[in-house]
Amino acid sequence: MDFFNAIALITNFILLPGLTYGSQLALGALGVTLIYAVLRFSNFAHGEIMSFGAMVCILFTWLGQSYGISFGFLPTALLFVPVAMIFTILYCIFIEKFVFSYYRKKKSNPIIFLIASIGVMFFTAGLIRFIIGPSDQSFNDGVRFIFTVREFKALTGLNEGFGLKTSQAITILTTIILCSLLFFFLNSTRTGKSMRAFSDNEDLALLSGIDPNKVVLLTWIIAGGLATFAGVLYGLDKIYKPFIFLQMLLPIFSAAIVGGVGNPLGAFIGGYIIALSELFVTFAYKKVLGYLLPENLEPTTMMQFLSTDYKFAVSFIILVIVLIIKPTGIFSGKTI
Amino acid sequence: MTNIQRRAFIFFSFFIAIMFIGFFQSWNVALGIFNLCIISAIMALGVNIQLGYAGIFNAGVMGFAALGGLAAVIISYPPVPETIELGGSGVFLSLVILLVGAATVTFIYKSPLSSSIKKLTIPLTILMLLILFNLVGSPAIERIEAFEPAASGFLGGFGLPIILSWFVGGILAGIVAFLIGKLTLGLRSDYLAIATLGIAEVIIYFLKNEDWLTRGVKNVNGLPRPVPYEVDLQGNAWFIELCERYNFPLVETSSIVVKISYCLLFSGILITIFILSEIALKSPWGRMMRAIRDNEISARAMGKNVKARHLEIFIIGSAIVGLAGAMLTTLEGQFTPTTYQPLRFTFTVWVMVIIGGTGNNYGSLIGGFLVWFLWVEAEPLGLYLVELLTSPLSDTNPLRIQLITNAAHMRYIMMGLLLLLVLRFAPKGIFPEGR
Amino acid sequence: MFLHAKNMVGGYGETTILNNCSINVKQGEIAVIVGPNGAGKSTAMKAIFGMLDLRQGNVFFDGEDITYLSPQDRVKKGMGFVPQTNNVFTSMTVLENLEIGGFTNLDKIKSNIKEIFNLFPILEEKQKQIVGELSGGQRQQVAVGRALMTNPKLLMLDEPTAGVSPIVVKELFEKIINIAKAGIAILMVEQNAKQALEISDNGFVLVQGENKFTDKGITLLENREVRKAFLGG
Repeated sequence: MDFFNAIALITNFILLPGLTYGSQLALGALGVTLIYAVLRFSNFAHGEIMSFGAMVCILFTWLGQSYGISFGFLPTALLFVPVAMIFTILYCIFIEKFVFSYYRKKKSNPIIFLIASIGVMFFTAGLIRFIIGPSDQSFNDGVRFIFTVREFKALTGLNEGFGLKTSQAITILTTIILCSLLFFFLNSTRTGKSMRAFSDNEDLALLSGIDPNKVVLLTWIIAGGLATFAGVLYGLDKIYKPFIFLQMLLPIFSAAIVGGVGNPLGAFIGGYIIALSELFVTFAYKKVLGYLLPENLEPTTMMQFLSTDYKFAVSFIILVIVLIIKPTGIFSGKTI
Repeated sequence: MTNIQRRAFIFFSFFIAIMFIGFFQSWNVALGIFNLCIISAIMALGVNIQLGYAGIFNAGVMGFAALGGLAAVIISYPPVPETIELGGSGVFLSLVILLVGAATVTFIYKSPLSSSIKKLTIPLTILMLLILFNLVGSPAIERIEAFEPAASGFLGGFGLPIILSWFVGGILAGIVAFLIGKLTLGLRSDYLAIATLGIAEVIIYFLKNEDWLTRGVKNVNGLPRPVPYEVDLQGNAWFIELCERYNFPLVETSSIVVKISYCLLFSGILITIFILSEIALKSPWGRMMRAIRDNEISARAMGKNVKARHLEIFIIGSAIVGLAGAMLTTLEGQFTPTTYQPLRFTFTVWVMVIIGGTGNNYGSLIGGFLVWFLWVEAEPLGLYLVELLTSPLSDTNPLRIQLITNAAHMRYIMMGLLLLLVLRFAPKGIFPEGR
Repeated sequence: MFLHAKNMVGGYGETTILNNCSINVKQGEIAVIVGPNGAGKSTAMKAIFGMLDLRQGNVFFDGEDITYLSPQDRVKKGMGFVPQTNNVFTSMTVLENLEIGGFTNLDKIKSNIKEIFNLFPILEEKQKQIVGELSGGQRQQVAVGRALMTNPKLLMLDEPTAGVSPIVVKELFEKIINIAKAGIAILMVEQNAKQALEISDNGFVLVQGENKFTDKGITLLENREVRKAFLGG
């Protein structure tokens, strides 16, 4: 019995939130890693692009809600994600055209691209705050829980339980679907293979008749689309704060690098590793150990590896360890 | 125009702009901006040394500035005898444990033992270290933080003059830079940026959460000053007489005098650092650094220890940023960990360096002044612009209201555009290198 | 003349490498460019392929003046190029490498791949393997296969036997002969001058960017000067 209680606690406080947050990171990291693989630079503006996508979705959701549109037990925002994606992709194409394509033609140093992406980050951050303001926005409607902790406890008779929020389920499901589609695209379609070839060896790809402009466009479409999803899902699950996306840049890059930057599978797995580690390391295991250990060994202190405040620090610590031990990451992406 | 003419022109226009603000807004505001400009310029100088001479993109500026602020607290705040008694020894002991543990791990790492033994012992040592550290440190920290948390709840400092902290801040930043540099300088430029950004975040987290050292988010107020207080001036007979003689308003003048005193102090530091940088630039050492930067492979082939030189540069640049951080905290009179945000610090300083022109000390100066000035003035300017543009709309129009409320955020848009435009059209900055 | 590169003058930056160099290849023929190091052999090939801008001279291919066409457009006209290095997609499988090559000729992909497997049986065996894991000689086969997938009328190879063991060199040359037999013209730059000239119809000896000797392969082999200078007597 106690064993199941412990499992329930771990599921509720580590597993479910971890998988949810991991999915959001994975979607962000996938965008970053694709841009790195194909366009060959680290895009510091990616967080703001996620924020942009979320913002457009929120605006349209409000519009829709004012017309009485709703999506039943699911959040209305989901209906407007496609529209938000279109706007975000257009914005990405706009940035590519007016900022990055110049440096691509000049074959500039990656650090120049990075600095340019910082400029884009500033600009986008200002634009977003100008349009929607700097305060938090909550836009989740629809049923909040698929089943609550209480319902679970009632059903199973256990002391402890876990609840499943709608946003958690949506996030995890959507991510799995999107990533499967992406991997299928990259591995089994002609265009996807062209992208991989372009990323592998640009000159040879050109020689094989692959159109670089098409590849670049496609990369931004995919990255922009994923970023929109990531931003919206994060905002639904937690709350939309314009500031938070800059903070997320670090875990997202950590996820991409840990998994092997440039490798989409790496970004996917990396997202979950970072998210689950953050929770594993800062969780207070007191209660769990209380269930698992015999009476006289029960702990009295919180039993945390690191205090909760260090959550973000965890992703960075993992990053530093990876950079020192195996810089190419788990799946050996492009070398540093 | 030649470089010299360019410089003169831009410096001159800058002073005109400050005068403008002084006349039309207030001298207090103008001087306040100017002081912050000086500090920004010093930070830009430090960062520029790293970028211009070693091509190091240090995205952790924020962390070093915060360390400088920490130094200001630790050096100048009077000690709190109660907390020292309660937990001082515990904290000291944990520090010792940390150092011994770190030394042990480094020793094992560098020893000729087999790799599998190392893989086993190092994590084990770290684990033991963490456990010991927690056992010894936690109770001590709890006791410290429990003591009068509203008013105190931390160890305090050494109660020394705050100007000393400026140099200690530099040294502290330099030491931390040494550690960070050893770990990360081998990485490629954009990875270095990510790594340093992350390290800065960790430093800030540490400062925000370790209340026993910094009071965390409760902030440390009332730091001592190197210049007189306004109220003291207002009560001083000689000063009152001076103001009456020239018909200056008492309160405002006292404030201006205080700001001018800071200004003189800060300018002194800035000029000293600038001169030192220029001397270094023109010295044989400076030439060698530029040779390494321009052609690293040849330099290595000639036997130059590039790694060591890069580390040197990283330390020096970071120390300067630490110095500026301590000065900033002194000016503000308080240590507020939550103000150290990447956008405000790290990236703004980067914009300053890029705009000023990399590898160029004058450029950093101008970049620092210009960008900080624009950053501050962008808010009222942006508001003015938006009001102008939306004037055809009625005052109650929701769009107009929305846009005006958010006009302050124009500064981000402006920063971004400025960076992008300069990067594109004047990539070597407004002051390209080369004389 | 199928390929006629006439009086090429060009180089990198300020230096001039090609000094009035001319290369000709007939349809279905094997032509080889040999010469000492720095003679401009690879440069000549790059110029013909369009990876180097010519200051003077023209390149005619199958009756057309292609001097100002980009390399990608030359591929579409029927030129295939196997660079000396970085000539495969190391992170992708053998089969995928061939498929990428075939994207210019979608309807013929399957039949082309079949032919390549006939030509290089080991590629069929290892088709699902990542190319980065293959040996040097096998990689070269993938590189040539990828280029062949574009259905070229002229296949250009830049030092195909560089870094390959002697047994594999023989094997590679045999395969090159088979390719030529199928009607594809071949232009090679080679360090293994002797073996290359043995299989070639026409040879161009370049020295300092100029044509020093141009003749049939066999004739060059018997030329005393040529033998002394490049073939070890």
